[in-house]
Amino acid sequence: MGSFKLGKMTFKSLFGKPETIQYPAEQKTPPPGLKGHVVNDVESCILCGICMKRCPCAAIEVDKPARTWSINRFRCVQCGTCVRECPKQCLTMEPTYTPPATEKRLDSYEVPEREKKAAAQEA
Amino acid sequence: MGKATVIPFGPQHPVLPEPLHLDLVVEDETVIEAVPQIGFIHRGLEKLVETRDYNQFIYVAERICGICAFGHSMGYAETVEKLMGVEIPERAEYLRVIWHELSRVHSHVLWMGLAADAFGYESLFMHCWRLRERVLDIFEKTTGGRVIFSVVKVGGVVRDIDDAMFAEIKRVLEGIKDDYRQLCNAFLKDSSVKNRTVGVGVISHEDALAMSMVGPFARASNVNNDARCLGNGGYGKLADFQPVLDGQGDCYARVKVRALEVLQSIDIIEEMIAKIPAGDIVVDVKGSPAAGAEAANVVEQPRGECYYYARGNGSKYLERMRMRTPTSQNLAGMATALAGCDLADVNMIVLTIDPCISCTER
Repeated sequence: MGSFKLGKMTFKSLFGKPETIQYPAEQKTPPPGLKGHVVNDVESCILCGICMKRCPCAAIEVDKPARTWSINRFRCVQCGTCVRECPKQCLTMEPTYTPPATEKRLDSYEVPEREKKAAAQEA
Repeated sequence: MGKATVIPFGPQHPVLPEPLHLDLVVEDETVIEAVPQIGFIHRGLEKLVETRDYNQFIYVAERICGICAFGHSMGYAETVEKLMGVEIPERAEYLRVIWHELSRVHSHVLWMGLAADAFGYESLFMHCWRLRERVLDIFEKTTGGRVIFSVVKVGGVVRDIDDAMFAEIKRVLEGIKDDYRQLCNAFLKDSSVKNRTVGVGVISHEDALAMSMVGPFARASNVNNDARCLGNGGYGKLADFQPVLDGQGDCYARVKVRALEVLQSIDIIEEMIAKIPAGDIVVDVKGSPAAGAEAANVVEQPRGECYYYARGNGSKYLERMRMRTPTSQNLAGMATALAGCDLADVNMIVLTIDPCISCTER
């Protein structure tokens, strides 16, 4: 009988713990380092625009006059280039995925004006 | 003899994971000729090299295929490194081999599951994919992605693996080995598997050579063709490497070669983990490829030898990037194997070349 070649494994599966989890009631803990989504700490962002230049899929828009940093989550491929290239280390890759969305839109964040003195002290 | 009839097979067919069309000329239940047709998922990725710089193109290269994503990013990076004369750190070479061999394990186990599904052995299919999940979990923990990893960079790799994670990888692989041996027992000794695979779609050694077949498809016809033997990158550090060969040339031989290659890959990973040196994982790459500079590279993907060619033009954009993928080499062999088979065996033969159409069309 062919199936008896897998007998041990089949019995283990019958009486063992299930391999799957009851999603969405039960959710897997994301491992540290998972490429979930990019987060910008706007307090430290200097709007240099390096992330926008390096992004391979043009997902990031930096508008210096309007002082906004925007990301199109539907274009972003989580390659992590912006996180590696950021000179102020204000970009981080969070290990959680963004919730499902019903429309494609730009996530825009306002970068607060910083007093020159505070910026100089920080430097 | 009955009247010849043409039966269209694909591009949408339950057995095909990707769109491939075959015109099957049949007489009664026997296939006389099979005419393959591709062109359903061409995306023009090679052309994108003109609008993405050589660092950005790595993310395009790894999207050529979801299964051999790491192989493509590694093959592309190695080609650009040759083009620019960059020597990468030894630790990065070892890490690339470890991830590439893990990709081979998950690709072959995925394929074995698909093959089991094709000959109607559902529980074997489920068990194969259950084991594959453990490899994907290793990828998730070490690279941050399950399918697309984005860990290769021109000049090395962007993530390191620490000793604790290496110990975990070894522990997981030991667990996989134990379960995998039971799966191999079913694949190689089960009478219902043998009934569907032994003596089906035979390709002789001479035919395999004449049609320049590559990968496990060729090695099942006793063609000693494995690009890992060239010793590129970390593969040169292996103590001993002998390709898995079989002389029967039928579907069973192809299943057997892939089944044994998984165990071989696990041994390579264990050897690499034992020997990996400490040190940097990336070197800084400055400048652009020189105008007219050319480089070629060969990588043994899970499906076979993949050839890369790049030419620079003095700017940060490459002049030309070309890939010749294993499936495009193997389509001629598939058409030959199909001629003369039973109609019911077509799905089995098509699957045993492990066709990757998205790689082929790019």
